[in-house]
Amino acid sequence: MPPKEENKKTPIWRSRKFVPVILQIIFLAIIGLLLWILIQNTMTGLRRIGMSFGFDFLNARAGFNINEAMIEYSTSDPYVRAIMVGIVSTLRVSFFGIILATIIGVLVGIAKMSDNWLLSKVASVYIDIFRNTPLLLQIFVLNFAVFLPLPRIQEALSIGPFYLSNRGAVIPWATLHEGSALWALLLLVVIGAAIWVYKWQMKREVEEGKNTHPFLSAIGTFILLCGAAYLVTGEGPFQLTIPAHTGAAVTGGLSLSTPFLSVLVALTIFTSTYIAEIVRGGVQAVPKGQVEATKALGFRSATAMRLVIFPQAIRIIIPQMTSQYLNLIKNSSLAMAVGYQEIVGVGNTVINQSGRTLEVIVIMIAVYLFFSLTTSLFMNIFNKKFQLVER
Amino acid sequence: MINDNLHYKGEPTNSLEVTDSPHLDRQKNEPFGQALRKNLFGNKKNTVLTVLTGLFTVFVLYQVVSFVLENSWDVVYIHLRLLMIGQYPLDELWRLWFGLYYASLMIGLTWGLWRGAGKAVAFTFGAVYLAFAAVPWTTLNTSLNLAACIGLIAGGYVLGGKIDRLKIPVLVLWGLYFPLTIGLIMGFGGLLDPVLSRYWGGWLLTVILASVAIIGCFPLGILLALGRRSSLPAVKYVCIAYIELVRGIPLIMVLFIGQLLIPLFLGGQTGLDNVTRAMIAYVFFAAAYLAEDVRGGLQSIPSGQFEAAQALGLNKVKTTFFIILPQALKAVIPAMVGLFITILKDTSLVAIIGLADFLGTARRISNNPEYLGRYLELYVFVAAFYFIFCYLMAYVSRYLERSLSKGSR
Repeated sequence: MPPKEENKKTPIWRSRKFVPVILQIIFLAIIGLLLWILIQNTMTGLRRIGMSFGFDFLNARAGFNINEAMIEYSTSDPYVRAIMVGIVSTLRVSFFGIILATIIGVLVGIAKMSDNWLLSKVASVYIDIFRNTPLLLQIFVLNFAVFLPLPRIQEALSIGPFYLSNRGAVIPWATLHEGSALWALLLLVVIGAAIWVYKWQMKREVEEGKNTHPFLSAIGTFILLCGAAYLVTGEGPFQLTIPAHTGAAVTGGLSLSTPFLSVLVALTIFTSTYIAEIVRGGVQAVPKGQVEATKALGFRSATAMRLVIFPQAIRIIIPQMTSQYLNLIKNSSLAMAVGYQEIVGVGNTVINQSGRTLEVIVIMIAVYLFFSLTTSLFMNIFNKKFQLVER
Repeated sequence: MINDNLHYKGEPTNSLEVTDSPHLDRQKNEPFGQALRKNLFGNKKNTVLTVLTGLFTVFVLYQVVSFVLENSWDVVYIHLRLLMIGQYPLDELWRLWFGLYYASLMIGLTWGLWRGAGKAVAFTFGAVYLAFAAVPWTTLNTSLNLAACIGLIAGGYVLGGKIDRLKIPVLVLWGLYFPLTIGLIMGFGGLLDPVLSRYWGGWLLTVILASVAIIGCFPLGILLALGRRSSLPAVKYVCIAYIELVRGIPLIMVLFIGQLLIPLFLGGQTGLDNVTRAMIAYVFFAAAYLAEDVRGGLQSIPSGQFEAAQALGLNKVKTTFFIILPQALKAVIPAMVGLFITILKDTSLVAIIGLADFLGTARRISNNPEYLGRYLELYVFVAAFYFIFCYLMAYVSRYLERSLSKGSR
């Protein structure tokens, strides 16, 4: 009797080999059909308005102006150049936004962890307010209610070397000169030397058991060598241009437009609330025993933070930080609402001018995917470095 | 236990839109004032911090109070109706009142039956109603209606507290709430006078968009989450591609795709109005994010659950829908509320594509030359509204997180 049972073949609709393949083929067929209908419809739609799909239009003359173009651009340049300008603008606002948001976010996160009840409460109110209101609203408030009512450029407010008017801010900025390349080379050498000093002193500290202040010596080396380099070359790595008010305008320095400032400040504030919570969550996720162990070993609290708490917290912090940075890059697209022309803003203008909706949207999607993939890649490398080495 | 934490790889709960408030450490029987004094002026460093923060706080509070008192706010109250419901026809206002009555009664009943976070919701709604009823520039009619809403909350509470059997009817009524109300607002597709979506506006449009996105993203979001965990590579990779693609691009681009490409995808016909297109865009956008939240829940289900279901002879579909999904969804309720808060805030982006939602209406009013330079009053009003409801949701989510984790201990 039993052998008969074994010989019985599994029916085909219950076969472990067969069914998944069939299911997948059906699934792919449905997806394919949907896509095919979509493409077919799009083709019909395009034909109806007398257009065809293609990227040739990119070489046509753009003909519109872009404020605050970071790379050279004029109205007679082609569309592709305009889109490049947009990409650079996105990168510009995201880059500074990420740096500022990280600094403020970490500070607020630390403030929230403070023992001081008032400080911690203030940090928590800051986080609640800016997290629970829309980012677009914050951008509007900054642009229309904070920066636009500022005095005209003729009566620009000045705070030290910073000038504020309804056209934006002018700040001191560094410009490069012929010696900058040489300086960059020198800096590499100096940093190398500083790292070597740090390692050497660290080795001595470990071997001889004396406190040799490796970090301080490295900083000292860096400053000393930089000073020497300055004396030898006779000029700094860059020239500092300080803005000056000439009555009708502010000359020199770097001028930042009102839309750029609104977007930058709003992105910074909004993202910093998330970063603050990430930092706090990361630090508090480090087990209490670790803190107690550092106390038992006689660590000072700053040292314990640097050598024990932070390296453990960073592992939890990094992945979340990555997604916040990506969010910031994506959120910078709201800048178009106040007229700072980054990639989506430029893309929108290109769509309106050329009517090439589909093509421009495909380009924009490609750009954003490129941003997110590269950011994830860098963060993954970074993450690997900090990952716990498991036995 | 320590090792558990060291090897922590997933995202902890602080990825939510929810923050915890600081608590004052206090010994038993120690009066609040004394504990506060010890905390704030206990040592030199703390005293310096307290004084600096105190000065900053006083400065900010002074600015806020003087701002509130110095402005006449007429730009807000003249346009109050426009801000709240847009151009919804006055003759059909009863439909909105019905929706509000219904919601108030349900909130009251829920509070009475389940207690817990219902209290905070009821009090917030009650306070907002009261504020609107009490300010002198709403009409008597509005004030009376709002008073009735408050009465319904209170009535529901008393009723819910007394009759325990109401639990199931209340759940059913909650389930019916959205289809009934949205149907009423639209006119049940011709049964009543239809009110076209171009007459919706202000807070009403914001709430409708957010609710449609929140409710509509569930089917697709759950399917995507299940698909991403599927053992069939074709299904898995299609789902991954969709989720990562949508999560990789900004919302405003999804809205553009909705506005500009949906007509093209439908073969160049423009049968859909722009509100519907925005809704479709939000649903497809939110689904990708919901899928990631649900996936977190699915991963947290121990494999014993699958094995137990298999041992009981349940097939894959039954296992998924009756054993795994209910637990997975329950586990990610706080994360989902966080997503809802994001969606509510993100509906403001339709202002960019030209719809008159809450923020869009404020923006349009501020463009009126008669009210030039009155931006801040309008925007502060709008911000306060968003804040109240987002914060309420955050509070509820925090409450649920705590009570859910209590149950599993």
